[in-house]
Amino acid sequence: MPLLKVEGLGKLYDGETKVLRDVNFEVEAGEFLSIIGPSGAGKSTLLRCINRMVEISEGKVIFDDLDVGEMRKKELRKLRTNIGMIFQHYNLVPRLTVIENVLHGRFGYKSTLQGVFARFTEEEKERAFFLLDKLGIAEHAYKRCDQLSGGQQQRVGICRALIQEPKLILCDEPIASLDPNSSKVIMDYLKQISTEMGITCLVNLHQVDVAKEYADRIIGLKKGEIVFDGPSKLLYEDQIENIYGIETRELITV
Amino acid sequence: MNEKKIHKNKWQTTIFLLIIIFITYLSTAITDFNFIDSIATIPAAIGWMFTNLMVTQESMAKMPAIMEKLGETIFMSIAATTLAAVVSLFLALLGSKTTKVNNIFSMLARFIASFSRNIPVVAWSLILLISFGQNSVTGFLALFVATLGFLTRAFIESIDEANQSSVEALTATGATYFHIVSKAVIPQSLPQMLSWILFMIETNIRSATLVGILTGTGIGYMFDLYYKSMNYNVVALITFTIVIAVIVIELISNKIRKVIL
Amino acid sequence: METSQAMNQALMKRKRNGQINIKSGNKIDSAVKWTIWVLTVLTVISFFFFDYTGLQLERAITETAHNLRVMFLEPGLSHFGWGEAFYQVGITLGLGVLATVFGAIIALFLSLMAAENLSKPWLSKTIRIIVAFIRAVPTVLWVLIFAIAAGLGSEAAVLGMLFHSVAYLVKAFSEAIEEVNPGIIEALRATGSSWWHIVVHGVLPSTFTYLLSWTFLRFEINFSVAVAMGAAAGAGGIGFELFMASGFYFDLREVGFITYAILIIAIVLEVISTRLKNRYFPSSVKA
Ligand SMILES: Nc1ncnc2c1ncn2[C@@H]1O[C@H](COP(=O)(O)OP(=O)(O)OP(=O)(O)O)[C@@H](O)[C@H]1O
Ligand SMILES: [Mg+2]
Repeated sequence: MPLLKVEGLGKLYDGETKVLRDVNFEVEAGEFLSIIGPSGAGKSTLLRCINRMVEISEGKVIFDDLDVGEMRKKELRKLRTNIGMIFQHYNLVPRLTVIENVLHGRFGYKSTLQGVFARFTEEEKERAFFLLDKLGIAEHAYKRCDQLSGGQQQRVGICRALIQEPKLILCDEPIASLDPNSSKVIMDYLKQISTEMGITCLVNLHQVDVAKEYADRIIGLKKGEIVFDGPSKLLYEDQIENIYGIETRELITV
Repeated sequence: MNEKKIHKNKWQTTIFLLIIIFITYLSTAITDFNFIDSIATIPAAIGWMFTNLMVTQESMAKMPAIMEKLGETIFMSIAATTLAAVVSLFLALLGSKTTKVNNIFSMLARFIASFSRNIPVVAWSLILLISFGQNSVTGFLALFVATLGFLTRAFIESIDEANQSSVEALTATGATYFHIVSKAVIPQSLPQMLSWILFMIETNIRSATLVGILTGTGIGYMFDLYYKSMNYNVVALITFTIVIAVIVIELISNKIRKVIL
Repeated sequence: METSQAMNQALMKRKRNGQINIKSGNKIDSAVKWTIWVLTVLTVISFFFFDYTGLQLERAITETAHNLRVMFLEPGLSHFGWGEAFYQVGITLGLGVLATVFGAIIALFLSLMAAENLSKPWLSKTIRIIVAFIRAVPTVLWVLIFAIAAGLGSEAAVLGMLFHSVAYLVKAFSEAIEEVNPGIIEALRATGSSWWHIVVHGVLPSTFTYLLSWTFLRFEINFSVAVAMGAAAGAGGIGFELFMASGFYFDLREVGFITYAILIIAIVLEVISTRLKNRYFPSSVKA
């Protein structure tokens, strides 16, 4: 049984232009999958349909045998605790400490009052330290987030996702704002997470070579449609050109 | 810039200045304002101030009473500001694009804020005075209502300025509305909000004097009393205590602002 | 694994009760916390200092509710007509215009002397201190003090309001001037321009729109100040009518009418100044 099943997914933001069109794919538990495509292809939109940060217009998203589109508020919260998310701009709360930001990942398990009064258990705090240590930033635990470098902030973002104990992690261009060195560190950690912890990873990427190096499987998205879906090894030059190339040629001629 | 554009700009500036001059002239006409007279008044007024606004030994005897009224005024301003801030926080959360619950409440919150802010504090004092009578509560409520409107607008701006992306991130972890408000929105905008509260306390101490004159309370009433009985030495003393109070509070707020912003 | 566990233990800060702390306990957090605590305590205490003479809360609330209903739902004029109403509003606006225009002109010169990049340190300091003093005295006191020398009327009102407007605008203007790109000033200085040349050709062109926006923001404030001066210092205009209607005639309908008139003008001014602010001050600017 696949962990995630996307069937005929379509998305319109304004009622006219289709940002996603008839997207179909399945993801097995433990897979490391990368979605590539030019800017505006709908990669971010696709990820956000999976945890319903944007509403689904057509088709279905089935996660863990449950229909995401049909979920009510409470079930949706439950779904989101099971899905971690990592962002290009890290999306941390800048004035709070690293450890506080990591613990924000536990809100899905808390009642409103517990969350508002920051009632975290000792186990949760120790777990946060354990994760920070695993990503090599435990010594920064009490620093304010805005005092860290980009790569360090992204690692905080990863810890926040991991402490949710998710089955799936969605990464929206996790390395787009980082230099090559930090990018490699982050990608290595993501790969390690998927192999060691068995967490499924869906990673939006701009860099084809990075996708080919790390992902087991690649989905190529172009103008909202899947134009490639297969093992990374089988993504050849002509397909890459199909995904990106014509787009650029169009840009040049126009 | 070419010759023509400079020419056009010159024209615009000239017309603009002419309009201003015309409006100013109209204003002097309608208000019966005499420019020469008023310029002549300034040296006379300043001379008068230096000769009459003197703190004397006798006026110092009034110090305890003045301090008591000044205390009342300061407390009134602080209480009105802080309580208004609490209510404003709720209105601002409802009114802000980031944290609004739905459009109807958002509109309502903005409407209440605009209503209470754009009716001047004088009008509120006079309206409340009719039934509440001459006591601190009247002044307190007038300041409260006017502050409410101002702080709501300022808080909405602070919330909108706070970075949106962490709100998105917390939503994605399955956090509830109140989790997001208390852990992503408020930590980011609180220092800015506090700065506005401090600013409003300073402003309100000055407004409280005005409200006091109208509602017969606090230091404003005291000022009015001695002003009408032409005891200018006490008037001077009262003015100086207000100045000192305002400046001290301004200095304290600036210190706090320096640390938190 | 074992060693990293031990290291984590060493990194963890604990509270007195042994729980792991998640706050960093930095200066900012504690300053924020202290400020909130102090304000809360002061607010609670203040209710003991209030003077409750003659207050009958329940009656006052029901009566005010009734009054507000009459005011806002059945506004009307009885002691004067529409023409007079316009005239009185005109007076209030006129007082605001005069205080703002004269204030802006005086403030422009003073702010050139107060701006640190154009002036000498001692001069700039002196002006700032004087301005802070003027700002600390409530406007109504200035008006009343001038009224002794000039007599009650528009002169005293405009002069009193002028003092505050100047103080406010000098602060705003000099901050705007200090943000002028130092390169512009340096370049002009390098060509041997005089101080006046620098001001007219370098500083004013690049700050003009800011100065105008600030001036308009002050006009918005001055309108409500002018209403207040009419009511509290006998400066005439719609504020005085408001004072008469509520304090002498107890005519709630007229109070309602006047309040609406003030409200409409204030909202129009606010809309204009918000537009200006969004257009010329990209990031939000503190009043
Ligand atoms: N909230 C929104 N409202 C309206 N249109 C949107 C919204 N978000 C995205 N779009 C549009 O949907 C299309 C796809 O956007 P999306 O962000 O999913 O692309 P992307 O592949 O992630 O691009 P990038 O690589 O630049 O991040 C774009 O044309 C964009 O303009
Ligand atoms: Mg994107």
